[in-house]
Formats: sequence, C-alpha cells, structure tokens
Amino acid sequence: MPVARLLAADTANLPQHIAFGLLAVMMSFSALRVVTARNVVHCALYLVMVLAGVAGIYILLAAEFLAAVQVLVYIGAIVVLFLFGIMLTRAPIGRSRGLDNDQRGLAAMVALAVAGLLTALLLDGFGDDRIDLAGPQRSGDVGLEIFQSYVIPFEVVSVLLLAALVGAVVLARRD
Amino acid sequence: MYLNEFLLLSAVLFSCGVYGVLARRNGVLVLMSIELILNAVNINLVAFGAFHGQVDGQVFALFTVAIAAAEVGVGLAIVLLIYRNTRSIDLDQVAQMKG
Amino acid sequence: MLNIGLLATEAGGAAAEGFEAGWLTRHVWLIPLLPVVSFVVTLFFGKRFKGGGAWFGVSMMGLALLLSTALGVEWMGRGHVGIEEGQPPAVAATYRGTASGDQEHQVQQVIEEAERTGEPKASIPGHGEEGEEHALPAGRFSLPAAESGGEGPAGEPHAVEVRPYHEAEAGWFHIGPIEVGFGFHIDGFAVIMLFTVSFISFLVHLFSTEYLRDDRRRTHYFASLGLFTAGMLLMVSSSTSLQLLLGWEIMGLCSFLLIGHWWEESKNSDAALKAFFTTRTGDVGLLVGLSILFFGAGQTFNIAKINQQAITGEIPRSWLVAAAVALFIACIGKSAQFPLHTWLPDAMAGPTPASALIHAATMVVAGVYMVGRFYPVFFSAFRIANNALGFNIIALIGGITIIIAGLLAFVQQDIKKVLAYSTVSQLGYMVMGLGVGAWTGAIFHLFTHAFFKALLFMGAGSISHACWHSFDMRDFGGLRKHMPKTFVTFMIGTVALMGLPPLAGFWSKDEILLGAWTNGYRGTFFLVGCVGAALTCAYMTRVVYKTFWGEYKGPQTPDAIEHASHAAHGHHDAHDDAVENQAPALVGASAYQEGAKASADPGVKAAAHGTVQSERGPHDDEASHTADDHGDSAHAGAPLGGYPHESPWPITVPLIVLAVMSVVAGIINAPFFGLQFTHFSAIEPIVAAGVPEPSFSGVVAVISTLGALAGLGLAVAWWRGMRFGLDGLTRRNGLAGAGYRLLEQKYYLDALYERVIVRGIKGPMASAAYWFNQNVLDGVAHGVSATARRAATFTYDVVDQEVVDGTVNSVGAGATGLGRGFKHMASGKVQQYVAYLIGGAAAGALVIFAITFNRS
Repeated sequence: MPVARLLAADTANLPQHIAFGLLAVMMSFSALRVVTARNVVHCALYLVMVLAGVAGIYILLAAEFLAAVQVLVYIGAIVVLFLFGIMLTRAPIGRSRGLDNDQRGLAAMVALAVAGLLTALLLDGFGDDRIDLAGPQRSGDVGLEIFQSYVIPFEVVSVLLLAALVGAVVLARRD
Repeated sequence: MYLNEFLLLSAVLFSCGVYGVLARRNGVLVLMSIELILNAVNINLVAFGAFHGQVDGQVFALFTVAIAAAEVGVGLAIVLLIYRNTRSIDLDQVAQMKG
Repeated sequence: MLNIGLLATEAGGAAAEGFEAGWLTRHVWLIPLLPVVSFVVTLFFGKRFKGGGAWFGVSMMGLALLLSTALGVEWMGRGHVGIEEGQPPAVAATYRGTASGDQEHQVQQVIEEAERTGEPKASIPGHGEEGEEHALPAGRFSLPAAESGGEGPAGEPHAVEVRPYHEAEAGWFHIGPIEVGFGFHIDGFAVIMLFTVSFISFLVHLFSTEYLRDDRRRTHYFASLGLFTAGMLLMVSSSTSLQLLLGWEIMGLCSFLLIGHWWEESKNSDAALKAFFTTRTGDVGLLVGLSILFFGAGQTFNIAKINQQAITGEIPRSWLVAAAVALFIACIGKSAQFPLHTWLPDAMAGPTPASALIHAATMVVAGVYMVGRFYPVFFSAFRIANNALGFNIIALIGGITIIIAGLLAFVQQDIKKVLAYSTVSQLGYMVMGLGVGAWTGAIFHLFTHAFFKALLFMGAGSISHACWHSFDMRDFGGLRKHMPKTFVTFMIGTVALMGLPPLAGFWSKDEILLGAWTNGYRGTFFLVGCVGAALTCAYMTRVVYKTFWGEYKGPQTPDAIEHASHAAHGHHDAHDDAVENQAPALVGASAYQEGAKASADPGVKAAAHGTVQSERGPHDDEASHTADDHGDSAHAGAPLGGYPHESPWPITVPLIVLAVMSVVAGIINAPFFGLQFTHFSAIEPIVAAGVPEPSFSGVVAVISTLGALAGLGLAVAWWRGMRFGLDGLTRRNGLAGAGYRLLEQKYYLDALYERVIVRGIKGPMASAAYWFNQNVLDGVAHGVSATARRAATFTYDVVDQEVVDGTVNSVGAGATGLGRGFKHMASGKVQQYVAYLIGGAAAGALVIFAITFNRS
C-alpha cells in the first residue's frame, strides 16, 4: 500500500503525519457537511470546524502568524458575519428541506470531475516531493516581506477594504 | 511531510466548495462554499511556500484573507439586498438574466 | 511580485553592429504614446477644455506627426554613421532583384554561410561574390538611389539598399520559459507606416474640429480617434506578433465606436455591429495563424525571428501554408476583401473624417500591412515568385475584389459609398500586388492611396458639410462653382485615384501591374489590373460629373427642407444681403461668399476675395484664411447661409495639403527620381526572401495608362449621352472646364439643331440627324455603359445580395437554430452557468491531461 510505504519512509515526522491525518479527516467531513447539512446554522458551525482545521494545517506548515490571523479574522469575524447574515435574512434556523436546488446531480458530477482531475494531476505532478521544514518561518520574516517587497499590494489591499466597506454600506443601506 | 498531503486535502476542500457553490440555493450558503474554496487555495499557497522555503506564500495567503473579508462583506450586503427586494434569498428566483 | 522587467535588449538585427540608432529610432515608443495621451486626457478631462478637447488631440497628433517626420529624416540618414567611423558597411544588404530560382538559392546560401560563420548576414551580393559590397565606397550609401536608380532599360535588375532594422524589446511577461517582450521594430516599412498614419490622422483631427463642431459627443469622438491612431501606430511599430494583435484589436474596438458614433439611429449602430462582427470573423484567422507561427517558429512571438525562419525553411511548409491561409483570412476581414467586404460600405454610417481615417491610414490597411509584415511567410507558403499554378489565393482574392468592387461603385447614389467601394477595389490592388510578388508596389500603393483616398473622403465631407449633410449625389451638382477649393482638390484626388500620370496613383498602380507583368501573371492578373483601372476611371468620372458639373439640385437652405419660407427672412448678420440675392445662381453665390468673407474679416479687402470664380492659388487663400479670426461668429452662421458654400479653413487646409501630397507622393518612386521609396522602404526579410524588384517598364506604363484612359473615355461618352436628353440643364451651364467645354458646345449644337431646324423645317432631316445622334453616336457609348451598368447591377443584386449576404444570413439562421436548441441552457440561473463553466474547464483540462499524461 503506497500510503504505508510513504509513511514508513518518513518516520521522523510521524507525529506530524498523525496530526495531519486527524485534521484532514475532521476537515473533509466538516467540509462535506458544510455543503450538505440541512440546517443553515449547522453549516456555519461546520465551517468553523473547517476553518479551525485550516489554522491547524498552517501550524503544521510552520506558519504561526497566518494561523493566528486565520483564527482571528475567519473564525472571529467572518463566521460572525455569516451568522448575522443568516439572521438578517431570516433564513430558517431549524432543519429545512430545499436548501439545495435541483441541479445537485450536475453539481456533484462537476465537483467529482474536478476532484478526480486535481487528484490525478497532483499525484502525477508532485509524486513524493517532500516539504523540508528545516528552518522556522518567523512572523518577522513575513512582516519584512510584506513591507519590503509587497508594500504596494498591501496599500492597494487597504484601499480595496475601504472600497468594500463603502460598497457594503451603500448596498445594505435602507433608504 | 509530503507536499501532496496538503495539496490533496486542499483539492478535497476545493471540490466540496465547488459542489456547494453549484448546488446550494441559499445565498449565504453559497458564500460559505466560496470561503471553502478560498481556504483551499490558501492551503496551497502556504504549502508551496513552505516547499520552496519562501514566505511569499504566506504573504499571498494573508492578502487572500483580507480580500476574502472584503468579499464576504460585499457578498452579504448583496444577499441582504436580494432578500429585501424579493423577500427571499433563493438564488433560483434571481433569474433576470434568463435568455 | 512587482517585477516590471525593463531589461531593454537591443537586438539590432543581424546587421546592426556598428550602427548607432538615432535618438528617435531608439525612442520610437514616443510616437504611439502621444495619441494614447490624447486619448486619456481627452476622455477624462476633455469636457473641461474649450472645444471639448479637440484641439488637444490635434496638437498631440501634430506632435506625433513631427516626431514621425523627424524619424523619417533620421532614418534616411541611417547607414552613414558606421561608414564614416570606418566600420564595415554591414548595413547594405544589396540585392539585385531577379525572380530566378537560383537567385533565391544564392541568397539562401549566403544566409546559411553567414549563420555558420557567425558573421552578420549583412551583405547579400547578387552574384554570389561575397564581400564584394564590403569594399564599396561610402558614397554608395549616402547616395544609394542616385547610383542605382534604374535608369537602365526596362526589366534590368537594379540594386536595392537596405538599412538595418532596429529593435528594442523590454520584458513584458513570461509564461514558464517563454519570454514575451513588448518592443518596437523599426525598419523602412514601419517608418513609412508611422509617417503615413500620423500624417493622415493629424489632418483628420484638424478636419474634425470643424466637421464635428457642434457634435454632442465630440469629446468621445476625439478620444476614440486618439485611441484608434494609437492602435495603428502601435501595430505598425510592434516587434512581436502579440503586440500586433493588441493594436489590431484596439482598432477593431475603435472602428466600432467611430462607425456607431451617431448610434441614436439604429442604422448606424447596426453598421457598427456589422463592421465589428465581420472583422471579428477574420480575427479568428489571425489568432489561429499567429498561434501556428508561434509554435512553428519554436515558441517565439518575435516577428523578425518568425520571418527569418520562414525564409530559411525552419518552419515546415505545411505549417507555413496553414498559417498563411489563416492570416490571409484575417486580412480578408480587416481589409474588406471579396467575401467579407460588405461591412466597409455600411461603415459609411460613421462621421466622414472617421471614414477617411478608417479608409486611408488605419483599419483597412492593417490587413495589408499584416500581410506585408509577414510577407516571407506568404512568399514561401504560396511560392509566389515561381508558381506552377499561375495563381494563388492572395492574388485571386485581390483580383476578384478589384473587379467586383469596381462594378459595384457604379450603382451607388451615395458619394461615400462610391468611395467606399473604390477603397475596396484599391485594397484589392494592394492585396493582388502582394499576391503577385510586387511587395514594394503594394506598400507604395498603400502609401499613395492613403493620401488621395483621405483627400477624396474629406472632399466628400466638405461637400456634405456644404450641402446640409447629404451624401446623395442626386442632391449635388454644379458644386465646382460654389466650392472651388474643394473642387480642385477633389479633382486632383480623382485623377490620382484614376492612376493617370503623373499623379500618385499612377506610379504605385504601375508598380503592382509591373510585378504582375514580370512575375508571370501577364495573362491573368495584369489584365485584371488594367480592367480595374478602367473601371476606376469610369466610376470616378460619374462621381465628378454628378457632383461638380450640372446644376445644383439640393435645397438652397437647410430650412428649405422643413419650411421654405424661413430663408427669405435671412439671418441677423451680414449674410442677409447675400441670402436675398439668390436669384441668379452664380452672382448670388459669389456675392454670398464675398459677404461671408467680409463679415468674417473686415480687414481683408473684399476685392481680394472678389474673384471667386477664378482659380485662385490655394496658398494666398489659405493665408488670408488663417489670418482670419476664426472665432465662432464668422462661420457659425455660414452653414446656414444659403447656397452651398466653401468650407472653412480646418476643412480646406487638410484638403490642400493632401492634394499636394497626392501630386508628389508618386514621384518619389518614379524611375527618374531614383526609386527613393523602394530604397527607403526595403526591409531585410523581403530582400532575403528573394522578392523580385523589377524595374520600370515603359510598356506596362503605357498599357495601364491606355486602360485607364479607355475607361475615362467611355465614361465621359456615357455621361455625354445621358446629358443629351437633358440638354436644357447643361445649356444653361455656361462655364465649363476646358476639356468639357467642347462636349458642351456639341450639346449647344444639338440643341440648336433641334430648336432651329426641327422647329423651322419640321422635316425628316432633323429627325434623321436626331436619330443618328441618338442611336448611332450615343448608342455605342450607351450600349457599352448600359452593359457595364447591368453587370454592376447584377453583381450587386446577385453576388453581393444573394450569394454573400445569403451565406451570411444562412449562417445567422443556423446560429439562431442552434441558439433555439441551447435556449434552455440560458435559464438565467447563475449557478447553472457556473456549473457549465467549471465543467467545461474541467473537461478541457482533462483532455490536455490525457494527451500529456503518457509523455511525463
């Protein structure tokens, strides 16, 4: 079995592999539930699970700062926004049928095709390439990178956020 | 750690997101599915950054997070507007582009 | 990553070592930049300027014209630098043009030799003696034409000097290993195109300031003009095929905007859509062709490299043929060749100066330019120089277009449509020239045609400006008295278009016919060209007759159309007297003009303008005009003045300038002037490909001129015949041109016979004379012209309307049916669309993956 063989070849990182496996199972299940659950609020909560799992993945990849941002921004802000959205639109809080439209079959087909294609491509393209996490990637490095190489995109993003803010206010204002 | 572990996980998240975007009728749920897709992309970015030993991947992921926040803000505002105009967030009823 | 690669590489071509490119040659990006600046500033700030930003556009284009003229001057001096510094004259790829196969072989050998030894393949001596040219004295290069100008007998080969091209490319972006550059390729061809485009565009801008003086969307119009010009300038100076495509598409967009400028009328927006879609059909060919060349030439977009590989045969011939056919489809669409020519006459819906720009310098010549730029590809693909078949698709399409469009021009009543068909026909000449191997001839025709066609269009615009924006020739007539400057310049343009010596059209048309003659197309395309010349003469005669001779038939005032009484009240300015003096046409007109002038500029003595009828030198008139204060008071009232009137200076000055160019533009490549154009425009790939460069031949010139004169004679005869029935009109028309006076005198004679003899004797003699005149003398001319007319009508009704439009319509019907089938797909549900999108992308990726899976 190739998975076992690959794991055996990388015994030094066994704890990480185990952690990754747990996270991956949790995230895959939650992601599936996000798009299939019949209760809108449950969907949001499953989304929290996925986002938290992503933060865990970031930690596995030695990106602590990003993990922190993930928790703060995604779980702290965006999910709350979603919950507000659910409530403001008076979506049925409890179980409800009809959350899906009638092209589920087509959607499942397309999604499966995408998944199969991606899997085949990735296995073909990256085989058993390893990530060598020798040196830690400090948050300071990220900061330096942002404010040295990417300072203009950074400023542009700030303008974008402002524009989004104004846009959201204009759209949602009741008048 | 193998690169493919992260990439395959991200592929799974991405496909789930695609399914959600296509199959969900509720506007808010569609937005959530888009978040799944964006997170899948972020995992890819960070994994490739780590693979190449660069922090650029993380920087890009940060930008994606910021843009995702903006996107959710505007997206929810649009959903609210649709709801206010049609008393429903059923995207099947928003079919003014029918040819 | 903000990796803006500004790594300029000077790939000065194979032969640029030791040749310092001049400042402008290195900074040629300035020229396309100026119209871009004009576009951006006019679009965003134009409304704040006085006059809607028009004058900003004019000044930017003036600057661009200055720069490109300076570039031309600088270019002419190119080649001296290295010689004076004692460098080997690597520049001079001298080529002795004959079309023989072994000549090509020799050229080939030299190239291979040069590549092997790593030398620049600079010198391509005609007779295989390598190094011969290296020893040439410097004077050879400073006066290349004077020595080599073919004063020898016809048919003898002559040498062509080539200045090395200059190419500067900066990194634009890269996809994996493929570097895509953004750069400028400057050679003689590009310099000429830059000059022509900025020249015409400048005059069009100037013309438009008056022509669209009160237009509602004047600012947008000038912004579009700027972008249009920028697209063309970018295209002609681009070094990569991708950049060429960019310029090409910018022009497609701007032509849409300009043709549909007055989109309130559905006719205009339909025409804009038609132009856009028809040219888009061809654009598919461009995309396909460029892709084939990209892969065929080892994944490069660089045009020079593609051409080089086409010459050396590195690209397989089957690829070359596929690419050439695809690119030629693009040319058919853009340059309005036979099956796709229908958009161009409809494109007349746009403002006239925009039509002039589209027809003369941009858009339609883009297709010809593209074929000329990739000429080695076509030359090798179709074996143009020695073709066993006796024809190829380029020459065939060009030839068909010449005849079809020439015949169509006869049945049009709209003066702009006649000119439009004339453009189609002349483009057919260029394409045919390219098809028969007359590269220089085709490019030269492009150059001269730009001037006289712009002149004709602007002349038509001036006429229309005078006649309350009518383009119907039935409204015109007798305008030569009212608009002397327009008349003289229009006549010059007409004669230039007819191809009568010594005006511009003669020299360029002659070179194309010469190419057909010497390259083995004597029995086919040479004849087609001569017939085309005759047709051109005939329909232009018709236009001139209907417009400038006879009596003015249109309304006297604009208000006459709506409420006739208004004219009598006149206007509250100095025109009043003139307006009330309408009764005798000529006096009224001149008095009106005097009045208008006097009111415009009290300082100028009326006497200076008194001789309206006489042929005034254009310059003193221009001078007095420019001295005028052209505020609004003088000419704002003029279009309302009464008679058809001469247009103000922003309209007449471009006409005069273009008329001068139409006269002199042809001379520069006359054999007695040393074939300056040939030497100026010669570019390396053309010479290296072995494109023949025949010398002036008296026989060809005489035959083509005779053909043209035959057409002219027949047309004049026909118009004489038609006048006969309407002799009353012509009789009153006392003042006629010197050549025409005789004909008119004959009418007087006929009328005299009829009046005096028929009335007096009422005998059979008069009837016999009348019958003889009517049936025998006129019958010949009439019969011929009636046949031509029937043929033209047939072509229009059957070929154009039924076959071409029918095909287009059935394609449309097919699309409709297909659309009905797919209708349920357009449910309006965004998610469904997204599903198709992602599913399609996944399917496409799957295909690519399946193809490449085994290889990796």
